Amino acid sequence: MNHATQATAFVANDERAHWHDSALWFVRSKRDKCAHALPEWEDLRAAASEVKMHTISRLAKYLEQFEVNAKKLGVHVHWAKDGAEHNKIVHGILQKHDVKKVVKSKSMLTEECHLNPCLEKHGYEVVDTDLGERIVQLREEPPSHIVLPAIHLKKQDVSTLFEKHLGTEAGNNDPQYLTEAARGHLRDKFLGADAGITGVNFAIAETGGFVVCTNEGNADLGVSLPKLHIACMGIEKLIPRASDLSLFLRLLARSATGQPITTYSSHFHGPIAGGELHIVLVDNGRTEILGREEFRRSLNCIRCGACMNTCPVYRRSGGHSYETTVPGPIGSILAPARDANEFYSLPYACSLCGSCTDVCPVKIDLHNQLLTMRGKIAEKKILPWSKRIQMRLTSSVMKRTWLFRWAGGIARWIMPKLPRFLVYNRFNPWGKQREMPPFPKKSFRQLYADRKRNRQEDKPK
Amino acid sequence: MKVGLFVPCYIDQLYPDVGLATVNVLERFGMEVDFPATQTCCGQPMANTGCNDDARPLAQKFFKVFHLYDHVVCPSGSCVAMVRQHYTHYTHGNAEFESLTQRTFELCEFLADVLKVEKIHGTFSHRVGLHQSCHGLRELRLARSSETVGNSYSKVRQLLESIEAIKLSDLQRTDECCGFGGTFAINEESVSCMMGQDRVADHEQAGTEVLTAVDMSCLMHLDGFIRRQDKPIRVMHVAEIFDAALSSCSEADTVRSEDALTATERTS
Ligand code: SF4
Repeated sequence: MNHATQATAFVANDERAHWHDSALWFVRSKRDKCAHALPEWEDLRAAASEVKMHTISRLAKYLEQFEVNAKKLGVHVHWAKDGAEHNKIVHGILQKHDVKKVVKSKSMLTEECHLNPCLEKHGYEVVDTDLGERIVQLREEPPSHIVLPAIHLKKQDVSTLFEKHLGTEAGNNDPQYLTEAARGHLRDKFLGADAGITGVNFAIAETGGFVVCTNEGNADLGVSLPKLHIACMGIEKLIPRASDLSLFLRLLARSATGQPITTYSSHFHGPIAGGELHIVLVDNGRTEILGREEFRRSLNCIRCGACMNTCPVYRRSGGHSYETTVPGPIGSILAPARDANEFYSLPYACSLCGSCTDVCPVKIDLHNQLLTMRGKIAEKKILPWSKRIQMRLTSSVMKRTWLFRWAGGIARWIMPKLPRFLVYNRFNPWGKQREMPPFPKKSFRQLYADRKRNRQEDKPK
Repeated sequence: MKVGLFVPCYIDQLYPDVGLATVNVLERFGMEVDFPATQTCCGQPMANTGCNDDARPLAQKFFKVFHLYDHVVCPSGSCVAMVRQHYTHYTHGNAEFESLTQRTFELCEFLADVLKVEKIHGTFSHRVGLHQSCHGLRELRLARSSETVGNSYSKVRQLLESIEAIKLSDLQRTDECCGFGGTFAINEESVSCMMGQDRVADHEQAGTEVLTAVDMSCLMHLDGFIRRQDKPIRVMHVAEIFDAALSSCSEADTVRSEDALTATERTS
């Protein structure tokens, strides 16, 4: 897999790529307005980052505290070391309760663990109830963004899809109409469900409770009707105290969508009357990242998606071009941290502009981590040989001033003499859409030396 | 005051006028400029590809060439960011080396922070579009980035605005990346080019006549589209604009301009 190939396909549809870019830039602009309305924004980021770093540095302690307190609330706590174990646990719980139909609210973790295909294989009906997620589910494709799963689709695409699956009128692209159709469709699913699965945005060690943030209220509905609620969370979702929550709630929605707060911030402390609540705590490579100092900070992530909205590459290549559950800058660290061989191209899908680092509400130094990851990839010799040899050669030239001067001189002498077809051809990706730089007769060092000589000659004897 | 001039390899070979303009500007502000001719490249292309073993000897070469200067000045935000922020991997606790990385300045920040220049004398009567090169912006903090919250400032813009008759373009996206990104420009050719053309389009709608930046690499990329598509925009490095402005007014105004005079006295 290679990001550049996927990206080229996306960019080829210029109109659509620009539309995608503008849609996400609009979200970024909304975020800017919201952030700039808070003079204390940078302090909030700093505080949130410190809370997260602190929590991660004592993760075992807080996880145990969380488990104890959750159990006190009557919650069943499960531990899963990877995606497969997570799926097995969820399947086991559903089996025990003789569940047939499941409604799910948005959870990137279950995407990461590929829970849906696993449950479907076992014959369950699994319905994603977040509108965007439902859309991509019906299209049988993964979300392209962690907050806006269907951001790659236009209303026309949704209309065609709903016409096929929900029987809406052909050609009716009215968002209001389409949303209402989805609402009616999902109501039935909610009513018929035997179990609700949610993700977790923040789990509080001190109380054993957790919070799920949605804009559609689908998490509440999905776990209020059925008696069984399973909440799946990555172990990094923890915060120490309930009083830390306000910090994160303020940062999350502002960073994600430019709202002061998500429409619903649902707090769960124990099961509903007569019901059962299970929490599955999943590692799936997180402790591995925890053990790598240079990438540890990436566990701060609260999955707001702001780094995607701001990333000039993501906006122009689309989430699917990353071929990971979490795309964009943060995904380009998490994926190769897990499997450098498969995802080696992602850290290079980045111009190192640093916008992600500046936008991240929990101050992950994303672009520096991407650069560090490139170092690891080169070190492990996963980087294609052609690239490594090119760098080795350039370095050998640059180490020797005479060779650099000589090579530069040759290039400046020969390039202007070459016929155009020898310069601009398929071996020169620079020249496909761009002119080459000028190749002047003299280098700076030559002109500088000339000038120095002239000045000396001009000096009165 | 004597400064060591660090001219990035590609400016040396491809854009000699930018190097000369830098010398002129520094001399106009009373600096004695010295260009140590053994210098080549800071190693950024290798470091950014992840090939740290290939970058390391070049960092060490940089140290050898420049360690005797009190100040090193360079007309590139990106190369200075490499030295100041990323040489930490190569200094291996050598205090002298570490100190050198902190004494290395991008031209505009040297003028603004070290020489305390507040005004560039002379005129430049064009509409100028400032491209905020990312490494200067977000690594050297030459300006407040649009993502962060706080008092806004821009060292480069302020210097440009001090020039008489200059007009600055208002962009729709004030500091979006141009998509050069070193080897990114080749590895991710399609996205890189889309980014570059989007920047050019933004400058076109803003009526930019002269497109400038602290990094010639961004301008080389953007100029590639401008020339291919025959756009009525000219690219100039900020040093060239400063040089043009300064040479439009008499020596008396500049060489011993009050700003520079007091500044040099203050710092030397
Ligand atoms: S890395 Fe930062 S900006 Fe990106 S999703 Fe995570 S918290 Fe949000």
